[in-house]
Amino acid sequence: MTLTVQTFAVSRVSMGGASDFVQGHLRIDPEALGSRLRNLEPRIEDARLHLAHPGDATRLLCCKDVVQPRFKLDAKAPGGGHLGVLDGVAVVTCGPIVGFQEGIIDMSGPGADYTPFSRLHLVVLELQVKPGTRPHDHEAIVRAAGLEAAAYLGEVCAEAAPTETQEVLWNEVAVDERLPRIAYVCMVLTQGLLHDTYLLGENASGTIPRVLDPRIVLDNGVVSGNCVSACDKNTTYHHQNNPIIRLLLDGHGKRWNFVGLVMTNVPTRLAEKQRSAEIAVSLTRELGARAVVVSKEGFGNPDADLMMLLRGLELGGVKAVALSDEFAGADGGSQSLADSTSHANAIVSTGNANQRVRLPPMATTIGPLADAERLAGGYAGNLGSDGSMEVELQAIMGATNQLGFSNLSCREV
Amino acid sequence: MVKELERAGLPTAHICSIITISKTVGANRIVPSVAIPHPLGDPGKTLTEERAIRRRLLEQALSALETEISDQTVFDGP
Amino acid sequence: MSSPKPKPKLRAVHYLNQFFAGQGGEEQGGLEPLWLEGAAGPGRLLESVAPGLEIVGTLVAGDNYMAEDLESAVSRALQVVTQHVDESAIDLFIAGPAFNAGRYGIACAALCQALGNRYGWPAVTAMYPENPAVDGYRREVVMVRTTSDVMGMREAVAGVAAILDKLVAGENLLPARDGIIPRGLRQNYFAAASGAERAIEMLLCKLRGEAFANEYPMPSFDRVPPAPPIADASRATVALITSGGIVPSGNPDRIESASASGWGQYSIEGLEALNATTHRSVHGGYDPTYANEDPNRVLPLDMARVLEQEGRIGRLFPRYFATVGNGTSVEQARRFGTEIAALLVNEGVQAVIFTST
Repeated sequence: MTLTVQTFAVSRVSMGGASDFVQGHLRIDPEALGSRLRNLEPRIEDARLHLAHPGDATRLLCCKDVVQPRFKLDAKAPGGGHLGVLDGVAVVTCGPIVGFQEGIIDMSGPGADYTPFSRLHLVVLELQVKPGTRPHDHEAIVRAAGLEAAAYLGEVCAEAAPTETQEVLWNEVAVDERLPRIAYVCMVLTQGLLHDTYLLGENASGTIPRVLDPRIVLDNGVVSGNCVSACDKNTTYHHQNNPIIRLLLDGHGKRWNFVGLVMTNVPTRLAEKQRSAEIAVSLTRELGARAVVVSKEGFGNPDADLMMLLRGLELGGVKAVALSDEFAGADGGSQSLADSTSHANAIVSTGNANQRVRLPPMATTIGPLADAERLAGGYAGNLGSDGSMEVELQAIMGATNQLGFSNLSCREV
Repeated sequence: MVKELERAGLPTAHICSIITISKTVGANRIVPSVAIPHPLGDPGKTLTEERAIRRRLLEQALSALETEISDQTVFDGP
Repeated sequence: MSSPKPKPKLRAVHYLNQFFAGQGGEEQGGLEPLWLEGAAGPGRLLESVAPGLEIVGTLVAGDNYMAEDLESAVSRALQVVTQHVDESAIDLFIAGPAFNAGRYGIACAALCQALGNRYGWPAVTAMYPENPAVDGYRREVVMVRTTSDVMGMREAVAGVAAILDKLVAGENLLPARDGIIPRGLRQNYFAAASGAERAIEMLLCKLRGEAFANEYPMPSFDRVPPAPPIADASRATVALITSGGIVPSGNPDRIESASASGWGQYSIEGLEALNATTHRSVHGGYDPTYANEDPNRVLPLDMARVLEQEGRIGRLFPRYFATVGNGTSVEQARRFGTEIAALLVNEGVQAVIFTST
C-alpha cells in the first residue's frame, strides 16, 4: 500500500459566483455549500459562512474544530491511494454546544502568533441547530458539517493540476537494520461529550490501543470530536498534518527505522487507564522499538496516563521522550503537571497554558463575544469595553499543541 | 486544597477517580471513586444502584476520617 | 563639529557588610547602618570592570545588626539611604556579592527587595546558589551566581557588571545566558524548532547516551503529616467540598470553567438533594452531561443527608464549597485550601469530605 499526496496550493479564497479553483484562487459559492450542509443534516437550522484571511483584523470565537480540505482521487481506504490536499486553507466550525466552549483564533496581532491557523485562509461555518437537539447530537452534527464542507472544497479542486506530488513511503522501504528503531505513541482523548476522538469513523474509545499504519492518520483517519481545551487538543487539522509522523516518515530509512505507530486512549476510569497503558507499552515493545516519542492530548487527568506510559516504557527498556504543555500558573510559579514519575526524564515542553495575553480589539468578531469570559482560559472582567480581551493561552486554538506542531516552549528563569 | 485542609488539622477524605494523581500530589486519606465525569454515580445503572454506590463511597470516606494514619492511605475496603 | 555625547553613567547605591566595606571584622558585626561617599572595597573593583557605572555611595551595616531584627534593620538602612541620596538621581541598587555567607546574603536580598519596592530601583545582588537567602528571595530578587567563597570575587563582580545595562533597561534575564540564579518561574518563549523536531532530536540524544536538555524536570510535591482522625463521625460536623465545579444554577460567583481564580460557598440548609434544576457543573474539563443530569454524582448531598438522618454523620455543615480544578494551578489551589480551612476551623467543623472529578 502506498499513499500519493497531491498538493494544491491555495493562495486566495473568495466567496460569490460559482465554486471553482483557478491558478491558486479558490472561489466558493456560499449557496451551494450551504445547501449541501442542509441536505447533509436536516437538524442544521442555519449555516452562516464567513471568510478570514491572514492579517485580517478578525477574531473567531468559540471555534470547535479545524479541518484541512482534502479529497480522495480514488476509492482506496485511508492510508493508501491518491490523496488531494488543499494547502493554505482550512474549514473552521464554531458556535456553542453545551454552554460555551473555548477556542479563539486571531488572524492578526499578538494572539495570531500563538495559533498556527492565523496563517491560513479560513472558511468559517457558524452553525445553528434546531432547538431541542441533544448535546451529543449537536456535537456530531457540527463535526459532520466541518468534514462535509472540507470535502466539498476538495472536490472543487479535483480537476485542477496539483502544485506538487509526493509518494509517502513507509514499510515498503528496505531499511538498514543498524538504524535505531523508533516508535510513536499517540494519546488521544476519549472521555465523552466534547472530549472524544474518532478513528476511521468510529469513536476511538473502544477501538484503541492499537497499532496503526501512520499514513492512515495523515489520510484523514483521525477526526477530532474534542471541543474543549483549545490550546492542547488535537484538531482534525493537527492529526491530518501530525508533525511527529511526518518527521518520522521523512527520516525513515535514513536516520532511523520508524517501526510504527501506537494509538492509545485516555479513558475516565483508573482501571481502564492502567489497562490501556499496559497494552500500549506491550504493543510498543512488540514493534521492537528501542526508543519512542509520546504525545499527549489535554491536561490534568491525561498527565496520569502519560506517567503510566512513561514508567511502563522505561521499565520495559524503551527510551521515551514525551511532549507536554504546562499549567504553571499565570506567573509561572506553580508546579506544571498534575502527576509525575521519576521515569519522565525527557520532556519537551510546549508552553505554559496559564500565561496570559492581551488581545487588542478587532474590527470583525465572528462568534458570541459576550460569552468570552465564560470560556476556559477567560475570567470575569477579562473583556475591555473597547472589545479587547485578556485570556490565558489556554483559550487560543493550538497554542500549546502537544503534537509539537508549533515552536512555543517554556523554560525556567 | 486537600493538603491545606489536613495541614490545618481537619482530617479530609479525598474521593477521586484518578487516585494516582491524588497520591502524587500528596493527599493523605484517599477513596477511589467511579469515573471522572461521574465520580459518585454511574449513568449506566439505576438510581437505586447509584445511591448504593454513593453510600458505599461516603461510608469509606467516614471511616477514613475516623482512622489514625501515619502515611498516605487508600481506603477501598468495605 | 561636536563629538558624540558620552553615554551618561549609571548611578548606583551599593550595599556592603562591615567586613567588605573595611569597617572591621566579626567584632564589628553589630555595626549600625552608615553611609560612605563613593565606592568601597568590591565597589571599586566593580567600577573598574564597568566603566559605565558610578557608585554614588555605599551603605554599610554589620551582619549581626541586620540579622537580629531584619525588618527594623532594613527600615533603618532605608532611612540612611534616603538621607544621602535623591531617589530620582539613582538608577539602580547593588548588594554584595555575598557568596555563601548566610546573614550577609539575607541582608543583601532583603535590601534589594525593600529598595526596589520603595523606589522602584532595579536591584541586583550576587551569591552562591546554596546561600540560605536564595530560597526565600529568588522569586523577586535578581541574583548573579557566584562561587561559595571570596576566591571567586573577580568573576562575581564581572557577572554583575555584565548584566547592569539589561537590568536597568528592564530586559528579560535568562539563567543560562546571563549567569543568574533561576527565579523558579516558568516562562514561555518561541524556540527555534518545533516541539516535534525537538522531541525527535532529544530522543536521538537519549538513545546515544548523550547529554540533552530536559525541558521540564519533574516537580516534587510536598507532603503534609496526616491530621489526627475524628473519634466518631456521628458526633462531628462534616463539610462537603468539591473541585468538580458543582454550583447553583446561574453560577453566582462566576467561577471559571478552567483556571479558577476563586471558590464559592453555597447554602444546603433544608436541601435534601441537589437536582438538575438547582445545580449544574461549570467544570470545562469533563463531559458535564452526567453531572448536569444528577449533580449528586459529583457532590453526594442526597446520600450524605441520609447518613446524617441515620446518625452516621453528626451534622452536615450548612454550606458546601465548590471550585473548578481544571487547569487551576497548584499555587491557586493551595490558596483556596488555606482560605476554606481557616473558615471551617473558625466555624467548628471537624472533618471534610472532598470530591474531585
